[in-house]
This record gives sequence, structure tokens and C-alpha cells, in this order.
Amino acid sequence: MDLTLYVWRQNGPEDKGKLEQYEAKNVSPDSSFLEMLDEVNEELIHSGIEPIEFDNDCREGICGTCGCVVNGIPHGPQEKTTACQLHMRQFSDGDSLTLEPWRAKAFPVIKDLAVDRTALDNIIQAGGYTSAYTGEVGEANQTLISKPNADYAMDAAECIGCGACVAACPNGSAMLFTSAKIAQMAVLPQGEIEAAERVNNMTEAMLNAGFGNCTNHYECEAACPKGVSVKFIAKTNREYVKALAK
Amino acid sequence: MQMLQSSIGRKLVMAVTGLCLVGFIIVHLLGNSSIFIGADGINAYAEHLHALGPIVWIFRIVLLTIFGLHIFFGIQLTLENRAARPIDYNQKKNIRTSFGAETMIYTGLAILAFAVYHLFHFTMHLTNPEISVGALPLDALGRNDVFTMMVLSFQKFFISLIYMGAMVTLLLHLSHGVQSLFQTLGLLSSNTLPTMEKIGRAAAIVVFVGFVSIPVSILLGLIKV
Amino acid sequence: MILDGKCPTGPIEKSWDKHRFDMKLVNPANKRKFKVLVVGTGLAGGAAAATLGELGYKVEAFCYQDSARRAHSIAAQGGINAAKNYHNDGDSVYRLFYDTIKGGDFRAREADVWRLAQVSNNIIDQCVAQGVPFAREYSGLLANRSFGGAQVSRTFYARGQTGQQLLLGAYQALSRQVKAGTVTLRPRTEMLDLVVVDGVAKGITVRNLVTGELESYWGDAVVLATGGYVNVFYLSTNAMGCSVTAAWKASKKGAYMANPCYTQIHPTCIPQSGDHQSKLTLMSESLRNDGRCWVPKRKEDCDKPAGEIAEEDRDYYLERKYPSFGNLAPRDIASRAAKEQCDDERGVGPGKRGVYLDYQSAIDRVGEDTIRERYGNLFDMYEKITDENAYKQPMRIYPAPHYSMGGLWVDYNCMSNVPGLFVLGEANFSVHGANRLGASALMQGLADGYFVIPYTIGNYLATVKPGEITTEHAEFAKSREEVQGRIDKLMNVNGKRSVSSFARALGKIMWENVGMARSEESLKEALQEIPKLREEFWQNVKVTGEKGQRNGQLEDAGRVADFLEFAEVMTTDALHRNESCGGHFRTEYQTDDGEAMRDDENFCYVAAWEYKGEGKAPELHKEPLKFENVKLAIRSYK
Repeated sequence: MDLTLYVWRQNGPEDKGKLEQYEAKNVSPDSSFLEMLDEVNEELIHSGIEPIEFDNDCREGICGTCGCVVNGIPHGPQEKTTACQLHMRQFSDGDSLTLEPWRAKAFPVIKDLAVDRTALDNIIQAGGYTSAYTGEVGEANQTLISKPNADYAMDAAECIGCGACVAACPNGSAMLFTSAKIAQMAVLPQGEIEAAERVNNMTEAMLNAGFGNCTNHYECEAACPKGVSVKFIAKTNREYVKALAK
Repeated sequence: MQMLQSSIGRKLVMAVTGLCLVGFIIVHLLGNSSIFIGADGINAYAEHLHALGPIVWIFRIVLLTIFGLHIFFGIQLTLENRAARPIDYNQKKNIRTSFGAETMIYTGLAILAFAVYHLFHFTMHLTNPEISVGALPLDALGRNDVFTMMVLSFQKFFISLIYMGAMVTLLLHLSHGVQSLFQTLGLLSSNTLPTMEKIGRAAAIVVFVGFVSIPVSILLGLIKV
Repeated sequence: MILDGKCPTGPIEKSWDKHRFDMKLVNPANKRKFKVLVVGTGLAGGAAAATLGELGYKVEAFCYQDSARRAHSIAAQGGINAAKNYHNDGDSVYRLFYDTIKGGDFRAREADVWRLAQVSNNIIDQCVAQGVPFAREYSGLLANRSFGGAQVSRTFYARGQTGQQLLLGAYQALSRQVKAGTVTLRPRTEMLDLVVVDGVAKGITVRNLVTGELESYWGDAVVLATGGYVNVFYLSTNAMGCSVTAAWKASKKGAYMANPCYTQIHPTCIPQSGDHQSKLTLMSESLRNDGRCWVPKRKEDCDKPAGEIAEEDRDYYLERKYPSFGNLAPRDIASRAAKEQCDDERGVGPGKRGVYLDYQSAIDRVGEDTIRERYGNLFDMYEKITDENAYKQPMRIYPAPHYSMGGLWVDYNCMSNVPGLFVLGEANFSVHGANRLGASALMQGLADGYFVIPYTIGNYLATVKPGEITTEHAEFAKSREEVQGRIDKLMNVNGKRSVSSFARALGKIMWENVGMARSEESLKEALQEIPKLREEFWQNVKVTGEKGQRNGQLEDAGRVADFLEFAEVMTTDALHRNESCGGHFRTEYQTDDGEAMRDDENFCYVAAWEYKGEGKAPELHKEPLKFENVKLAIRSYK
């Protein structure tokens, strides 16, 4: 199939950037979205144009490196799918695709579709862990964790840190990302002990990084390639109230 | 005070004040509905309120504070949220959110403007003083004739239009606000969230229909002096 | 030269404990004076950086990804082994040790494997303490499952994302140290040289992948945890950025490359769908617990839809060849069997490089819902990629390069032959021998990072003066010049062929000649082709963009250039090893029924290759392998 692409080209953080039009010819419906971009890049190289820069790594939907906004939707139109797992059969011959980087103050553009997501690391550094030293920590089965709690923690821990929630949020908020870690830890006995400081520190770090506030649009959940639920935001809010009471 | 700088803390203020305002609106609606009983109903209601004396003033101050906090943090959070995306998308498709959620700041500001007009109109009698209670004779039982004031006001199409328009913005505001405040208070799970979204929208519609039924009934001549 | 692995002597049960006691310690107050550079932030590197930070060392951690949470450890699906014996099914440290040695086809060091098995239990304890959400029973106890090649239930898992959860655990521990100020993260930097001063590793040269600047960093020790090299095959299950570059640069500075011919080809991957393909996707080995592998008995049936091929016309080749292990035969055996069927022209799907993995009998036995519960996410992933519903028609699978058992040579302390250079995880060669068992890679990465390096690095650092050599030293400037020279050379070729076309061409040479089955003839052919391609590369590659900013083409070009050099050593190793063992299968060395034929008399050693300069043959050094606790036996899964 043939497609018309409108791709955001920005030569570095200081550049203003604009959309450029490219044609993608003879795209196999079995190829992935990123493989389609690979082929477009090969063409660009042959015609002496710098290829489109985009972040990607594992190409199996788990590392969280890839992602751009495709026709207004982070990671493209297919539900619960990262850009690398999006396949071209989702589109039809003659379609136009507009590709833009994640847009948020906290995610400055590095080049073209690649953005800097260090802000997400900063949120985790503010408290997204248990303060366990490596060493003799007690036998694993000494702490029982109910299956529902373990499953709940795992549901939250599915987050791949891609930043699609921020890109989708009308407020550029990282609340889903932040909450997923807070909720995962809060429901486990290992993490419960530091729950109060964690919720305060992590949400503060989120705000300091320049992310917006959650106003419950739930766009994050809709865009999340792992389907992380906004129930974790509610849980985080509860944890905040609990922390206030302390 | 830490709370008033934090993201969730300020949202909690929004949620709690929002909940109070929803409560106020419901009580206000119930009071207004006494108009359907006729002059007896609403004039008695107004008389009772006045009889509360200083309590009314305490209530007014508390309400004003709540309203003020809601507005202040609403604007502050919105400005922060806008700043979080300095460069907008060329193309952005929202999938899950609603028109109500996207327009909260506008509907909120519209409601503020309306509230000011509403106070000018019915409380301070600055607009249309000719048909305010001060200008109208007392009713048969010697009470302020709120009933007549309302009917004469809403018979003016333009005034009705302002009120009905304001109620549309309130409808939009509540259609997101009600479920949102429960989520912010941390009371929802993935099971209860969809239900609460429906309840929120239903509540918004009930409030809308309730308030709008008054000018509509008057315009249609179902209630008259 | 005969290499010494410096393994402790005496009874193996006490070897690690005794060694730990014998090692020197660094005074707590002195630790902060030492700086350690950790390259790579996967399970091994992330765990090492976090733990060294906890101990009080000053740590700088580097990765090419944009965050320390993204290394390819994250993609491991199945699980992590530990000898907890929670199921009372006869597991023990000894059995895990034995299984790993046997699974590796008796080509690993006993002492290293014993230590791995011993600390496996601590890993689970540690991860639970970090809040890793392992699967649980209704009792609240940890759940276990069995995994390919093992007859006990010792695999701990977190849904189908065990690697992700373990990596996030390490990443979070690392993040805690960043906050504590002991660790500095340097993401989006790629190591392009090892700085060696008077024979001792003292630092690295990196390229900042955002600004394009070359930067020098000094350290009293350098830890490489930079993963494996199977992207030399171009199509593999590795991430796009995985490369041999860091290890190869170390090799060029004197570190020996050990057993590079041992590569693992994973049997259950989704077959290639066309030339556009950029990588292959692995599906957990657990699929083989219920799926049955087959191909049509007759080649004329291969184009028919699977459903139209009658039961008696299907060849369930694994069950036929290995009646006792059947579809659960170890990875190398299952992969080779699939290749044999396709070589026999009985493969299915596009290009006829695929075999069926059929769930029909399992669905008939336990119902579709149970299958959905067990493998739902994998079936969904399969459908996303192939657009086929595996509940209705059999999956198509084909083996793909997955893991490299070989890597930089290290002694028992995980230190290479270059003092001060430590190598952890997949980047070293130490514990998997010639073949790795399922759920063992995660175990090794974390063992090395959490429980080995914190002790052994102290033993080394206690002998050096902290901060003696810094970036002021002339070697750093020299290294930067060298790296700059190579980058300029790449940028200046300005030829006609794209970088990726070279990567594909090299991959094709390697897959066809040095892949699942190798012969003297194919290996010699590869040794002809590789230098030719390398020559063309340096004359005709086109690298677009600028060197002074982010430039993905330049990054890839550097990696491909290194693969083009490394491939020759890998092939040389495969050619010299005149035996078949584990992942290294030489067609000349097989039994009458097509099984690998080991030659313990002549090849029971680690082959460590010393780089001798461009165009020169590498020099072989041997470390003999002694088996005192396990009897060398033929590895049979029949």
C-alpha cells in the first residue's frame, strides 16, 4: 500500500521544527509501523535527505523506548499497542499519517520524533522503590502476599514508562505513570512502610518536573499500551489522604 | 500548607469544595422547586431563610470562601496544566474524555459570571430593580413576594435565556465534575468508575432539568402571577 | 598461553563461602574515594551499580538507552530459576548446579556454576524485598512453574514479564542510589573505547548520543555489563541497539573473547514475514508445555492450510525423535530439529521457513479457556504480528538467534585478563557453557550484579590507589583521538550503500554459514565473505547527518563496523572447535541419528581469543575445564 506521511522534523532542541511531507510506497501490510519508517528512511538516505530520528529499541512492546503521536493518538490507533507492535494492516492504501513527538514541557524534543524523558526517571528517583539494601533481607516466603494483592501490584507494575500517558493527557500530566508505581508499592507489605513519604515525594517531583495536574480526563488509560488503569490514580489519591492523616 | 502546594492536595480542595457546591446547588434547587407549589411555597421558603438572620450571613461567608477556593485553585491548576504543554499538537484526537471535561475552565468561568449576575439580579436587585421585591407590594400574608418577582423576571425572554444558558454550562460542568470529584477523593475503583460516570451525568441532567423547568414553565405560562 | 580461572580449591560446597572470606575488604571510610564505572544498566549492570552505590563506592552508570530502565533484560518473559525447593520435588543447589552444567553441555566452569546456584535463592529474597510482584498462590506463597530442560518446578515468574519486573526492581534500587548521591546516571551515552593505562583498565571514552561530543571518564575499575552479540545475525530477538561494540572495544584493548561461537538459537519465535523485517519476536518457551510441533510428512502438503492435512500425514517430529522429553526438549535440540524439517523442504508459511506449533489437542483436552488463561497474552501478541488466530489454526514458529553464551573471558572474580576490567551478565562467558537453560539468564545477571561483583571488586580495589589515574592522563586524549578518527572515517566514506544494508548482508552470511548448523566448508566460506564485506563497507557505506548531534545512522554504522570485525573471530572460533556441543553444531560431528558429538578429549576447554590487530589472525589461549563434581556424560534427552 501507499501512504502519505506528514512527519515532524526538528533539527535539535532549539530548532522550531515543522511538518514535512513524505511518501511511503509499497508498504507491506505485514510490516510494523517502525519498519515502515525504516523503509522511508532508506529512501530518504538514497535521495540525500537526513533520515527521520525516532527512539526505538526492543521492538516487541516492552522496553518503552518507542512512541510518537500518530494521527493525534499516542502509539497510533490500535488499542493497547506500542508503536513498534502496531502493524501496517491497521491502515489502508492512500491513508495520510501525521507523526508528531510526545509534546510536553517536561519532554523536550531532542530531534524529530525523539524526546527526552529524563523527567520520568526523576519521579522514580524521588521515591519509587523500597529502601532495601542488597543482602540478607529475610526468606522470600516469610512475607505472605495475598494473590489479589500480588495481582493488583502486577497490574500496576505493567507500566513500561513510555510516556504515552503524558502525551495523551490534555494537561500533560504524568499522574498515571506516577500512580502506577505508588499503587504497586502501597499494596505490598514491603512498600507500605514508606507509602506516605513516597506519595508526597513522587507527586512533588512530578510537579517540579513541569508535568501538569490530573483532572480525570482518563485519556492516559485510553492511550496506555499496557492498559494501566486509572484506578491506580484513585488509589494514589487515597494514599495521599492517608499520608495527610499521619 | 504543604497540601496547598501539592498536586493532589489542591485537587482535594477542588473536590471537597466541589462537593460542597454540589450540595448547595441541590439544596438551592429543592428550595426553588417550592415555586411549583405557588406563591405560598416559595414566599414561605424565602421568609424562613430571612428569619435565620446571622446564620444566613455565616452561611454566605462559608459559601463564598468555598466558591472562592474552588475558583482560585481551578484557575491556578488550569494555568499550570496549560504550561505543561507549551507547544500544542497539530493534530490531537481525544478518545476517552468528554466535552464537559475539556471545557471545565470555560464553564466554570461562565458559572462565576452567571453567579455574579444572579446575585445582582435576585439578591441585590441591581438589574431590573423595577420588578424586584423592593419594588413589588408584599404578598397577602405580608411577606416579600419572591414568587411574583421570579415570574415577572422569567417572563422576560432575555432573562430566561441567560438563566437557561447558564444552566447548560452548569450541566456540562457537573457532567464531568461529579464523577471527577469522587475519583479525586480516591473513592472509585475500576468497577465503580463507569457507574459513577453515569451517575454523575445523570445528576447533572437532573439538576439541569430541575432548574430549567422554572423559567420554562413560566415562559410557557404554566406558572403565572 | 594456558589461562587460569583462579577458581577456589577444596570442596565445591564451601568454595564461594571460603573465597568470600579470603577476599580483601575495602575500609568503609575509603570506599567513597573509589570510583567505579558501570557500562550497561540491564540486570547485571543495574544491579551492580545499585549495590556498589549502596556499599558507598562512587559509581557512574552508562547506557545507550534514554533511561536505565530499558535494557533488553526487560524483554525476558519466562522466569528466573532458584533452588528454593518450595515444591518439595527434590530440587537443591546441587541439582540446579548439575542441570546448568549438563544443560551447558559440560563447557562451563564448575565453581562459577556452583556459586550461581548457591546465590540463586538470595536473588529471590532480594527481589521480593524490592517489591517485585512475583506470581503468588492463593495461600500467599510464591508460585513456581517448570521450564524447558528441567524436571523440577523452580522457576519464579511475574506473569509473562519476569525480566521487566526484575529489571525495574534493579532500576528502582539504582534510582534510590541516584537520590542518595552515590550513583550518577549517564543515559544516552555509548562506550566507544576502553582506556587502558599500563595494562590496567582505568576508564572509558563515550559518545554523548545527544550532543555527539566525545567524553572521557576515569574509574578505578570498569565494569562492563553490555549484553550479548547475536545481532551479528541481523535478525534476532535482541533489541535494535544491542551490539558487541563495548565488548569488542575491550577486546581490541587486550581483553580476551571467550567461546564466541556459542550462540543460542531460540526455538519459539515468530517466523520472518518479509524483507522489511527488522527483528524477530520471541514467544515464551512455556508455549511448548502444551503445544505440539509438527510439519507435513509430504512436501506437497506444505502449501495446504494446516486444517486440511490429516492427522496421519503430520510428522510430530520432536515426539518422534525424543520420546521422553518430546516437545520439551532443550532449546538447541528443538531449534535444530525445526531447521532439519525445513531443510528437508517440509517447512510451512512464507519462504517455507516455519513449523507448526499446534494447540488443538491441548484445547480438546483442557478447553480453550484454560489455554487462554495460560497463554492468552502470547496468543494476542502472535495475532498482532501475524494477523492469525492461534486458537483456530496452529501457530507458525521458527528458531531465531536469542542469546550468546560466549563473551569476554573472566576469571572466578568476574575480572577479565585486563586488571580492573570486570565483565558481568551476558557479556561474559562464564556459566552457561555451550548452551543456556531457560530462566537462567536473569539468574546470572542478578547473581553477578547483586552478589558477586560487590565482593570481588573490593578484592581488586583493595590493591589499587584510588584516583591515581584520571582523565588528565595522556591515554585518555589518545583514546579520544582514536575514536574521533574512526568516526571521521565513517562519516567521510560517503558511499552509496546504507548502513542497514550492510547489517543485513553480514547477518545473511552469518546466519547461513555460522548459524544453527556449521560445517568446515560453510565456516571457511564465511571467512572469505566477511573481510570482503568489511572492505566494501569502508569504501561504500553512506552515513548521513552530522557527527556533532544525535545521529542514529552514525551509531548504527559504528556498531556494524564492529560486528564486521567481531564476526571473523566468532567464525574462527567455530571453525577451530572440531566438535559439536550445545549451541555449536558442526555437521561433521554428529552421531548417526543426528545428535551433537562432543569431543571431551580435545575440546574440554574455554577458547579465549586475543586480538592481534587488523587483518591478523587472533591468538588462541586455552583454559582447561576440570570436572571434579560432575561426571562428563553424553547429554541425552531421548
